[in-house]
Amino acid sequence: MPTDVVKTSGVSCQSVTKEFNRGAARVLALQGLNLQISPGELTLIVGPSGCGKTTLISLIAGTLDATSGEISVLGQDLVHMSKREKTTFRARNVGFVFQQFNLLPALTAAENVAVPLVINGWTKAKALERAAVVLKSVGLADRMHFLPAELSGGQQQRVAIARGIVHDPQLLVCDEPTSAIDAKSGQVVMELIRGLALESNRVTMVVTHDQRVFGFADRIVSMDDGRVSGEQRQTPADANHGTEQR
Amino acid sequence: MNWIALKMLTGDQGKYYALICGVTFACLLIAEQSATFCGVMMRTTGLIQDIHGADIWVMNSNVRYLDDLKAISDDAVFRVRGVPGVSWAVNLYRGMGEAQLASGNFQSMILFGVDDASLAGAPIHMVVGKVGDLQIPDSILVDEAGFHYMWPGEPLQAGKVLEMNSHRVVVVGVFRASQTFSTNPIAFTRFSHAILYVPPATRMIPFVLAKSALGLEPADVARRISQQTGLKALSKPDFVWVTMMYYLAHTGVPINFGTTVILGFVIGCAVAGQTFYLFTVENIKQFGTLKAMGLSDRRLVGMILLQSLVVGGIGYGIGVGLATVYGIIARKSFILLSFFLPWQVLAITALAILLISLLSSVFCIRRVLILEPAIVFQGG
Repeated sequence: MPTDVVKTSGVSCQSVTKEFNRGAARVLALQGLNLQISPGELTLIVGPSGCGKTTLISLIAGTLDATSGEISVLGQDLVHMSKREKTTFRARNVGFVFQQFNLLPALTAAENVAVPLVINGWTKAKALERAAVVLKSVGLADRMHFLPAELSGGQQQRVAIARGIVHDPQLLVCDEPTSAIDAKSGQVVMELIRGLALESNRVTMVVTHDQRVFGFADRIVSMDDGRVSGEQRQTPADANHGTEQR
Repeated sequence: MNWIALKMLTGDQGKYYALICGVTFACLLIAEQSATFCGVMMRTTGLIQDIHGADIWVMNSNVRYLDDLKAISDDAVFRVRGVPGVSWAVNLYRGMGEAQLASGNFQSMILFGVDDASLAGAPIHMVVGKVGDLQIPDSILVDEAGFHYMWPGEPLQAGKVLEMNSHRVVVVGVFRASQTFSTNPIAFTRFSHAILYVPPATRMIPFVLAKSALGLEPADVARRISQQTGLKALSKPDFVWVTMMYYLAHTGVPINFGTTVILGFVIGCAVAGQTFYLFTVENIKQFGTLKAMGLSDRRLVGMILLQSLVVGGIGYGIGVGLATVYGIIARKSFILLSFFLPWQVLAITALAILLISLLSSVFCIRRVLILEPAIVFQGG
């Protein structure tokens, strides 16, 4: 199955169910969820803890298998992909931004950013060259040789964002990207993510609890009890003034 | 990904050094215990090692080890000399003598009688006097440890007088001998004297020493001697091995000591294996992140194996180095310490460390392979 994608495709979830076994108990994390996400817009997934947000983005990113239903991401049928195909799909098409940054502590900022390129077969030298350019674009040109421990939380998250987009993925998945950083850094991070969503016409999904960042979204999908419970669209103008709504 | 694997390995210096220390300790334990075991086993063959010049030992076909003394016929030496490929052959007496000291005390001695004319088989590491002094009538050489045993506190010197089987014997030299299990002094004299220094009942020829002709393998010549004379003939290394195997099979010392060696081996394996496994477990989130970003299982396995082999290699180098230094220092400080570090011990230790590294890697690899990449979304 090919893992190169049609750039204009978005995300489509049809009747997706995900069940976990917790000892003898079975937990239904997603219950027949339906969702469509278009590229070129920033979509926030919001809802209370345990509503299935993280499970949803794990399925869409191809790091978890659905129990039933259909998931199409960037024109690819994830449900019927083999494990190896999913791995290749993630390497080429998915960028990740994690709540706790998940930077490799032994690598410098530039080396961390270079990792997805190395995974995709780039040489170290070329990957570091490209990483330097991307780090510059997120305002960290002067921090590229710093270790994660030498950077502030906001700077670490910007490194993580640079790492998430360095290989130009068509799907950017962000899990609570502002919850571990202060409000001011959170604003910078969300502005970056929004800009990346718009400029490359990529599918950008952000799972968040943080109501202060709602204003950055083009669309807010609310979840409850494993289902989509509502959604709200905002005009680009609203989104651009997101910081003023907080 | 190799450079990333190595950076992950060395990035946290505390963990990295702990890992190296764990493998080094394991390696040191395995090498030191094995070398001590080899040292103890070498004691069983010290007397063979100390007979220089000859490379073939000929004996009664029923002899099982060095101390299993059985007579061969007086003409055996002539039959051995007649075998093609034998450069020369001489009789060697080996028995127990009883010496009376000037103090009146009696002391049992391990007595060797070497060929009168050539002195072939006599010791070469002389501390006092020289081997040629054996040509002096009634002369004898005693080993350094034996000298101190018989004359404690006295400086090593020639001129000490003993009485053996009613014969006056003069110590004309002191030599350095390999360690043995026995505390009995070791003495060398000429063959013609040796048979006078022991009671008639023990006057026999137990061994013929032979030298293979230039360019021939001693083991091949020994086989030829056996075929043509009906006697047992072994090259020196083979006789060492046969004697060692006898002690391994028929005495409790190696078995009991072997238990300690095995224990050291197991503890070493456990320490190194557990240390590396914990290292991987602590890095599980990092591996999960790489997995989520699309790193294949094959490349993850490669990273873990590389980390494991690098740690194993460095730990092996330092561990073996420390074991060697320990051996050198300890032997200088404790003369009775048994420590022998042949290449076989180094090879076995290397193999053990490789196995430990691979085995711990297998557990780590399994842990990483079953890891769901979605773990990276679980915060914390």
